[in-house]
Amino acid sequence: MSGSETDRVEHEEHPGRQDLSCWQRLSPRSVLASSGMLAVPLLTALVLRVSTSEDPTRGLFEAAGLLAVAVLVVASAWWRWFFTRFRVTEQRFELRQGNVARSFRSIPRERIRSVDLTAPVLHRVLGLSVVRIGTGQRSEGDSELRLDALSTPRAELLRELLLRKEPATSDTEGRGAAPRTETRSGVELAAMRPSWYGYSTLTASLLLVTWTALASALSSLSDLLRAFGATSWVLERLPHTTEQALSGGALWVGVLVLLGVLLLGGWLGALVISVEMWWGFRLTLENEHTLRVRRGLLTTRAVSLEKRRLRGVELAEPLLLRAARGGRLGAVATGLESGASASGDNKALLPPAPRRVATRIGAEVLDGRVGFPPGERLRGHPRAALRRRMARAGLVVGGVLAAGTTAPLLGPLPWWFPPVTAALVAVPAVLFARDAYRSLGHALCGEFLVTRWGTGVRRTVLLQRDAIIGWRLRQSPLQRLSGVLTLAATTAAGNGCYAIRDVDGARGVEFAERAVPGLLAPFLERRDSEDTTPTGGERTAPSGE
Amino acid sequence: MIDTGSTGGAVRLRPPRHRVSRRALPWWGCRAVGEVLVVLAGMLLAAWWFSLWRELFLPLLVVAVLGCCYVVVMPWWRYRVHRWETTESAVYTASGWISREWRVAPMSRIQTVDTARGPLQRVFGLSSVTVTTASAAGPLSIDGLDHRVAAELAELLTRTTQATPGDAT
Repeated sequence: MSGSETDRVEHEEHPGRQDLSCWQRLSPRSVLASSGMLAVPLLTALVLRVSTSEDPTRGLFEAAGLLAVAVLVVASAWWRWFFTRFRVTEQRFELRQGNVARSFRSIPRERIRSVDLTAPVLHRVLGLSVVRIGTGQRSEGDSELRLDALSTPRAELLRELLLRKEPATSDTEGRGAAPRTETRSGVELAAMRPSWYGYSTLTASLLLVTWTALASALSSLSDLLRAFGATSWVLERLPHTTEQALSGGALWVGVLVLLGVLLLGGWLGALVISVEMWWGFRLTLENEHTLRVRRGLLTTRAVSLEKRRLRGVELAEPLLLRAARGGRLGAVATGLESGASASGDNKALLPPAPRRVATRIGAEVLDGRVGFPPGERLRGHPRAALRRRMARAGLVVGGVLAAGTTAPLLGPLPWWFPPVTAALVAVPAVLFARDAYRSLGHALCGEFLVTRWGTGVRRTVLLQRDAIIGWRLRQSPLQRLSGVLTLAATTAAGNGCYAIRDVDGARGVEFAERAVPGLLAPFLERRDSEDTTPTGGERTAPSGE
Repeated sequence: MIDTGSTGGAVRLRPPRHRVSRRALPWWGCRAVGEVLVVLAGMLLAAWWFSLWRELFLPLLVVAVLGCCYVVVMPWWRYRVHRWETTESAVYTASGWISREWRVAPMSRIQTVDTARGPLQRVFGLSSVTVTTASAAGPLSIDGLDHRVAAELAELLTRTTQATPGDAT
């Protein structure tokens, strides 16, 4: 920005007024918030260094180094704050950042698809919220604008302003200032129930997270203990107790107890994580157009989703959760980034909950345009799909058998080892294959396309037929042999592509044509016999071969 | 030739109408030669460095023979499969050789149309046309077109998509 422009910015800034059409700064407290995350551990390290160091001069040097880093962190946070400005004009949202490496981004307001508020712990203490503005443009590398951070009321105001969808042209200048009352009152569609935390712990990934966290915590704890010379104290006493335990022939008991502790610890940890994630969960219908999800105990998250961007829903049922008749409901929407781990969970519409609730809410957010679950009406896939899955299971068993037969080369093993391990693997492999086949299904339900697949995580996706922006058909040589193919509807929402796996070739094509009439029609031809030479139908010319 | 289902259904997807340029054959061939040479060179280097000539002789022979087959067969096979077609309402492409892929995208959902020419494509006077939609499933791409045909196609597509209303999502 040029000098005169900067002056204008300073001039136009009204700290007291909440008019967002002038250039605005982030909250000054954001300097504290963003530097605090780094500065606090640094300062702790500093104090520890100074107090524990034996050589005073060395300790002082180290302290000075740490202090310099802390100052640098704060200074860079301040620098970032000082040169970040944004404004909301009638047509566009504009963001300036940086001074040395400047960036200016301006996006049309109608392209804004989502505005999410997040408040990590420190931000919450300071009354701040991070605002993420999603545009849903995948072609640009960095499609998300991030304001870190605004004071929470201003963040709310900005969110309301950006997501309000009147025709922007006919409106007046200072509508940012007008507080709106009707958006405050939301219709609550769902709220957290205590029993749902239990469902949430059945997600295997949470167990894994707690185990890794526990392991790293234990290792750092042992480091700490060793530092304080406590290990030797423990080790002195440990042999007696373990010897006693083992001499009692209680090795198996010990192993069982350890397993139990691991499982229980993992479960408790998962419970803690799920409470943090889902505390105070509320799904509300803010006005006619916007859904809002609020949740979080320490870090609060608020995700807004415009209804016209909601192109479908996805019900995910991981194995354990499925066994408990639970499911996780997610949105299939444009403008919600998928894949990125940081914002990967922002498509959640419900925590893991009873399937019944998930399906009811699913039908409700889609305005009851479809009966959900459509499970009974799904069309199954040809037997070839089952054969393919069984063949895969066979491959796995064969691999185990091969590994088992080569294992004796490395060491002595009883003769029955390979067949027994193979048999042990075969049973679940076949069961999984059968389940995977039974999960397969697809259908057209009113204005939605439904597809279901998967066994480890069974997913049922309802995708609006309007949202389909093309087809992708794939056929591997083996699929070709058994006359099936994988038909995928491409879409701008969600994953970008939802596949119907191993569907019968002719039926799949027919299905695609029924789902989006007219799109495939010019490329189809009628075929009455089994011969494979293309013959011109009434709508198609010979293909020039 | 392209059959999306062999169990006597009533409808099937016919292949797109136009083939790519015949000069795509040598282009694919050159690329295949390059790929095979890279693998062979890696193996030769390993054999020389660790002096494993005897152990690696058979694998080298196998790779060389398979590579020759690949270089000879793959371009022809691809040439038989790779096809494209546009109508007023949609773009339709077929690609692949062992595994095949058909893509259809309606004009109203096309976001950008690009042509690209790599150095090797330029040698053979070829171009690729890439058609992006709003989907994360990736663009439709027509490789190995005559560069004049590609330019015309890109222009036609650009004109048609501009004339078609819709926000491409």
